[in-house]
Amino acid sequence: MRAIKSGKMLAAVFAAVFLIGGAGSVWAQAKTKVNVYTALEADQIKAYKDAFEKSYPDVEMAITRDSTGIVTAKLLAEKNNPQADVVWGVAATSLLVLDGEGMLEPYAPKGLDAVKPFFRDPRNPPYWVGMDVWAATLCFNTIEAAKKNIPKPESWEDLTKPVYKGQIVMPNPASSGTGFLDVSSWLQMMGDQKGWAFMDALHQNIGVYTHSGSKPCNLAASGEYVIGISFEYRASANKVKGAPIDLIFPKEGLGYDMEATAIIKGAKNMDGAKKLADWSVTKEANELYAKNFAVVALPGVGKPLEFVPADLEKRLVKNDFAWAAANREKILAEWNKRYNAKSEPKS
Amino acid sequence: MSAVAAAPARRSLDREAWIARAAIAALALALIVTVALPLYALLSRGLESKAGAFVGFANYAAYFATPGVGRAVVNSLVIALASTVVTVSVAFVFAYGLTRSRMPYKGVLKAVALAPLLAPSLLPGIALVYLFGKQGLLKSLMFGQEIYGPIGILLGEAFYCFPAAILILTTALSLSDQRLHDAAVSLGASRWRIFRTVTLPGARYGLISACFVVFTLAITDFGVPKVIGGWYDVLAIDVYKRVVGQQDFQKGAVVSALLLLPAVLAFTADSFVRRRQVALLSARSVAFMPRPERMRDGLLFVFCAVVALAILIVLLTAAGASFVKFWPYNLELWLGHYDFDNKDGGGWRAYYNSIEMALWTAACGTAIVFLGAYLSEKSNRFAAGRMAIRLLAVVPMAVPGLVLGLAYIFFFNDPANPLSVLYRTMAILVISTIVHFYTVAHLTAVTALKQMDPEFEAAGASLGVPWYTTFRRVTVPVAMPAILDISIYLFVSAMTTVSAVVFLYAPDTALASIAVLNMDDAGDIAPAAAMAMMIVYTSAAVRLLHWLGTRGLARRSQAWRGR
Repeated sequence: MRAIKSGKMLAAVFAAVFLIGGAGSVWAQAKTKVNVYTALEADQIKAYKDAFEKSYPDVEMAITRDSTGIVTAKLLAEKNNPQADVVWGVAATSLLVLDGEGMLEPYAPKGLDAVKPFFRDPRNPPYWVGMDVWAATLCFNTIEAAKKNIPKPESWEDLTKPVYKGQIVMPNPASSGTGFLDVSSWLQMMGDQKGWAFMDALHQNIGVYTHSGSKPCNLAASGEYVIGISFEYRASANKVKGAPIDLIFPKEGLGYDMEATAIIKGAKNMDGAKKLADWSVTKEANELYAKNFAVVALPGVGKPLEFVPADLEKRLVKNDFAWAAANREKILAEWNKRYNAKSEPKS
Repeated sequence: MSAVAAAPARRSLDREAWIARAAIAALALALIVTVALPLYALLSRGLESKAGAFVGFANYAAYFATPGVGRAVVNSLVIALASTVVTVSVAFVFAYGLTRSRMPYKGVLKAVALAPLLAPSLLPGIALVYLFGKQGLLKSLMFGQEIYGPIGILLGEAFYCFPAAILILTTALSLSDQRLHDAAVSLGASRWRIFRTVTLPGARYGLISACFVVFTLAITDFGVPKVIGGWYDVLAIDVYKRVVGQQDFQKGAVVSALLLLPAVLAFTADSFVRRRQVALLSARSVAFMPRPERMRDGLLFVFCAVVALAILIVLLTAAGASFVKFWPYNLELWLGHYDFDNKDGGGWRAYYNSIEMALWTAACGTAIVFLGAYLSEKSNRFAAGRMAIRLLAVVPMAVPGLVLGLAYIFFFNDPANPLSVLYRTMAILVISTIVHFYTVAHLTAVTALKQMDPEFEAAGASLGVPWYTTFRRVTVPVAMPAILDISIYLFVSAMTTVSAVVFLYAPDTALASIAVLNMDDAGDIAPAAAMAMMIVYTSAAVRLLHWLGTRGLARRSQAWRGR
């Protein structure tokens, strides 16, 4: 009895010492803040952030989120005095632009070997490592289409038909990564001349160019427009929520880009940046990505998304990231010249 | 004996003079650093290349060579003029009803007319989408026209600018001499003639002032066109796109300078006109008391009720939209749109940040503004410093929020500036907001102080009481209503403002009003409406508290005003 009591006492003392010690050590190594620039969707970030901070309790993410084009522009503007430590979930084409400016720090995250070769910069150590792939998808509002007697399009070419005049919304490629992958894939698929001719014709049918890549699908989901040129995650999420939309995967093939991670050269919190790069290639992280995207960096983790065909990967067109990055500025300037001068799209 | 007594008195007089001088100098310096230097940084940056070399007006030339710019300038002017005409005409009739008639429910009508002050300017845009968008409740009223564009901007600006026009015009119209009206009536003047020769001339300066203020608000606002402008490009949107979208700060500075132009012109013209205003009320005036007149009162009441209803519909639409699960296909009630943490804009944290920012702005802003106004009006030390305070205090009125925000980027994000530690902190949001709303707060304080007899200071001084004791024990208690008005004005303005802070927030200092903008940008319009309504509820609750509190306070601290 006595022995038990003193044993209990001892355990209590040990527990107290352990707790105080533990608390003390947590106190001692105050959290470091890592500045993360990202274009991930807002409704994905929270789950990723929570998981990361659970794995690395000593690191706190300070997240600057915006559309791909804006994150890219911000990073380029801050080139001489970088505010970001790490870029996370930003289009690979944008990371190649930053790389071209010499802004990235090469780093081989722990566990890099498991990553599919397609998902990493071939150099060793790599300057960027991919996370997942997102692809062009049309959101087609069936209720509004039926009301207006508008047929369901099957291909990109269909979208230029006069019946869709003023019914289509697409993201502005200057601000949206989804918008840029559309334009870049059309140019790569159809060639320069035909590609711009296609966009001229499409422009006649566009109701408005939006800031974000999600917004076209949201506008189609709420019936403001009939067709939104968007991407598969937002399309699937809206249909799951009950939006009266069909997901359409144009038959010529789908443009895509890759969300990827890279460390900024001269990062003030290099250690935190590396931890995020490490975490980004873990199985845990990839399983979280797989909830939102069908094709992810680690083999065997990806699984089909609801309402998205299982063979999505096969429907992707060839995308030459290097070409897209090298021509990004030129393409955007041309696009701006042609379509951003705010003439009424209908006239 | 007397010499011994005089020496310490002199010393304490010296001391108090030096405290006054130091306070004036500190305040003048603070205004120079937060108003003058940032504006200088902005204007000079527009004349520099990206690398920082002086290039004269090359940026301006390049800007005007971009296609579509001419159209943005014209669009801005057209929409601002149209908003001015619509808003001021409606507001004039409304204010006429409030001041020159005996129509019922004046208090309620005035409260509704001022309600738009509680909302960020993005709210009318959002509500108009729900009302007149392609799936809008009242879409049929659009007769096939599109709400995205000039019509939407015009309606949104009218909502947003209405309270400013009402405040100016009710003040102007309530100053009128009964004797003039009696004379006109006894001379047999027709009603129209009295309106033309007595009413209008009396309200002339108020009308001009209202036009300038509304024009400036409409041309510099970017909340409404951001949400509902569609293809219709205006200058305010252009600044935002250049700076946030393309991170092209030089071009942003160029457009800012252009936006500064109409605001400064309007402001100068307005203060010129005001100087001409002669006192309408002399000691012998008899305050105008409208007599009941069935027909006139009835018509005015119907008009005001319709306008008030329109304002309420806009607010109620936004409130309702935030509870509908999936407009227009699933009309179930749902609280999910208030789950801000899974949306753009910073989640609930942004809302709490806004409250924190508004509290700091109200507390620090009121103290600084009132002390500044006191020193510049009542002190007689350091004339140059007081002059600087008076001049710099009215400058912010002429500086649009977007321009101020960009100026702060240039000034505070310069590594060579020791104040750059403030960049990306809560402090810079508070400072920019105080400065942005400084002028109105300052003028309110000055008006209150001018009503107080300078004898107070003279009596205090002759009794050997230092000025700061007179200030603390007499001035502050007597001016308490004005002080509370200032603090409430600063709080509500800080809750609703978007324009200056949109360039200055950092991930951990995201604000509710900016979250509205970002959620709308991502196409999450229902959560954007929900957050906008959170701002309205908060501002309304604070106003209500203020109203209840001041009723009690007025009874206690203002008893001296009666007999």
